[in-house]
Amino acid sequence: MSDPILSIRNLTVDLPKGGDRQYAVEQLSLEVAPREIVCIVGESGSGKSITSFATMGLLPKVLTPSTGEIRFGGQDLLALPASEHAKLRGSQMAMVFQEPMSALNPCYTVGTQIEEMFETHTELAKSERKARVMKLLEEVHLPDPARVYASYPHQLSGGQRQRIVIAMALALDPKLLIADEPTTALDLSTQAQILHLFKELREHHDAGIMFVTHDFDVVAEIADRVIVMQHGRIVEEGSAEEVLNRPKHPYTRLLIDAVPRRSRDARGAPAEDVLLSVNALNKIYHIPGNMFKQARDVHACKDINFSVRKGETLGIVGESGSGKSTLVKCLIRLEDPNSGEVLINGTDLASCSRKELHPYRKMIQIVFQDPYGSLNPRRTIGDQLIEGPVNFGADRAKSMERAKELMRIVRLDPDALNRYPNQFSGGQRQRICIARALMVEPKVLIADEAVSALDVSVQKEVLKLLNEIRDTLGLTVLFITHDLRVAAQVCDNLIVMQKGEIVERGNVEQVFGAPSSDYTKMLLDAQPGKDWDVPDISTLPPVAV
Amino acid sequence: MTDTSSTNIPISPRQAMIRRALRHKGLIFGTVVMAVVILIAIFAPLLTEYDPYKQNLLTRMKPPVLLGGDPDHWLGTDALGRDYWARLAYGARVSLTIGIVAAVISATIGCTLGILAGYFGGRVDAVVTFLINVRLAMPVVLVALAVVALLGGSLIVVISVLGLLLWDRFAVVLRSATMQVRSLEYIAAAEVLGASLPRILVKDILPNVMNHLIVIFTLEMAHAIILEAALSFLGLGVQPPTPSWGLMISEGKEMLLFESWLITIPGVALFFLVLAINMMGDGIRDVTAPEGRN
Repeated sequence: MSDPILSIRNLTVDLPKGGDRQYAVEQLSLEVAPREIVCIVGESGSGKSITSFATMGLLPKVLTPSTGEIRFGGQDLLALPASEHAKLRGSQMAMVFQEPMSALNPCYTVGTQIEEMFETHTELAKSERKARVMKLLEEVHLPDPARVYASYPHQLSGGQRQRIVIAMALALDPKLLIADEPTTALDLSTQAQILHLFKELREHHDAGIMFVTHDFDVVAEIADRVIVMQHGRIVEEGSAEEVLNRPKHPYTRLLIDAVPRRSRDARGAPAEDVLLSVNALNKIYHIPGNMFKQARDVHACKDINFSVRKGETLGIVGESGSGKSTLVKCLIRLEDPNSGEVLINGTDLASCSRKELHPYRKMIQIVFQDPYGSLNPRRTIGDQLIEGPVNFGADRAKSMERAKELMRIVRLDPDALNRYPNQFSGGQRQRICIARALMVEPKVLIADEAVSALDVSVQKEVLKLLNEIRDTLGLTVLFITHDLRVAAQVCDNLIVMQKGEIVERGNVEQVFGAPSSDYTKMLLDAQPGKDWDVPDISTLPPVAV
Repeated sequence: MTDTSSTNIPISPRQAMIRRALRHKGLIFGTVVMAVVILIAIFAPLLTEYDPYKQNLLTRMKPPVLLGGDPDHWLGTDALGRDYWARLAYGARVSLTIGIVAAVISATIGCTLGILAGYFGGRVDAVVTFLINVRLAMPVVLVALAVVALLGGSLIVVISVLGLLLWDRFAVVLRSATMQVRSLEYIAAAEVLGASLPRILVKDILPNVMNHLIVIFTLEMAHAIILEAALSFLGLGVQPPTPSWGLMISEGKEMLLFESWLITIPGVALFFLVLAINMMGDGIRDVTAPEGRN
């Protein structure tokens, strides 16, 4: 291997006083060689982003590197004045962020923004600049580069915007490309394309790529070398093949063990009687026109039909815009469907008026995606848990008893009921949300991307908890997700949605083993790390720590 | 496998807020000045033996002690021989009453409109936005002058006019704050759990827009006090002989060149009260929403 482009030695970044630990990053050393993709993996708070920000010289002011050096192109970046460091950014090193919309300026066309890179750092003439931009747009496989050149960021899709950001990063052929969770905000199929693009870049450019991610599947897809971080320290480092298949450090093993398997947990068949059935459900959003735009209708759900038996877990899988969220909103009647039936035990919830609906509300409950937005920050946990029963006329004191009981079921301290949500971590909050939904003893529980925002190890625990609760309470669960692996692990049956329609249905083996629709095939194909068989950690030889 | 919390139990939002409050100098200054003015207003009869209405032409135009006046009247007397300290202390009652009551009326109107518009959106929002625009198109001082001129100036008229004119900012801010909160998932969760609409508005929306409400409240309170002073100065506010700071400035204006303290004293008092209220408002904003501070 040739000389490294970037080598970080003994880097320590201090956290401001009063944080939960003293250092954001402690004694960190790593190297990135040309034509190499180094993946830094870790859960939230592991210091992986701090490392990339330190290299780019973009650390927030409260964080100061105290010791160590970052050597890049023969000089120590930490000793460099800010103005010199700024000159390197863009020309020698470039960064791709997670959220492409906020990385682009909405006021300028993307063409202008990429050209600006050449304007600032080179002496090229205008026509040459434009030619270079067009070439870049072609290189990142954007369709119709001329149209994209003249488009504003909002006119492009998320994946296209991320390509633009990558094109900008590549504009001056940097030696180092840092990508901070570049595919996390993207759909599965888009993610596959962007990852493919990164692999191509490794071939065509000499750049070294530092790829920060939390997703082991992504690591399996693109990494040459893997660095696993925990609490600001590197706990394991090695080639991708080695770390993924024969992890040595207990923490790495824990993380890999938490990666959802593609196989389903074995469990008994659900009962035969149908609990929930949805017939010919339609939801059309009417978007009124104005002087410049014609009014149009968006058909978010088209003739949705499915039924769920008691005790069954049905997975609803789809990418963003597939209509799965609208379907959920219609089921819990946050939106009124235009037509169709939602039958629970023979009662049609879709045709009830708001008033008639009230007693049926408790039949069907939901756990939302965002653990931070789904609890009211100004009310205690206890107060929020008893909200449901109290609304249905239960006694406060009795409800409080039940709340304590449920806190035990979701493995939280019952005494925590008088605390506020800010005192809990994301995983704990999600368990509180599950407890809140269970307070009214629902028949159907909808988990709307309930584990998507959680770290893998936390995700595993919450999934386990959900499974347990389902089995002990005999719940019927609708599991909405974009993550095929999670779906495969917890669901009995699956439906796949695309553009408001169900394009595939069947049990997990059918859908994954012999998909009938092209869309499902494409989704399965787009999964990162599909060639990686997650190793069974329990079979690995024990390693002394 | 019970999840026990770590040893350093994080503090509740309220405790964190109190900690930030105790470190905020502006907030402390504002609160102390406000408290002093409120205490003066409440205990005015104990702080001076003089009647603010009692005229004594034999002791008129005495300068304050600092300018070599009579120690019996430490802030001097006005053109009718009334004790200036007594008038200032009793005047604080008028200023504070007007500020607080007008702000309460405005807050009630603006809050209701803003929260309803933000929560329901659509037609309700269109109507409220129209009302806000109508209100914004009216110049406050002119309308207040016109109404007071028509109905005659008195404390009640001034308070109601100001209360009915200063609700726009409440409505605008609470409308957008409510829109933000409304889209959060805990509102949806409450709906799914069968919470009634009033319950959602009171339990889930209001506490989460409260910080905006308090800040606007202080701003509008200061605004009302200044407007009252302006109206009184123009002779259309509180009518003499009621002691009011604006009226005191107005009555002192003829002596501006010769006995400037007649204007300076109520002017300084007004300045500090309004400054204190504004600093308190800013402080509350910083303390309740630390993420909004630059």
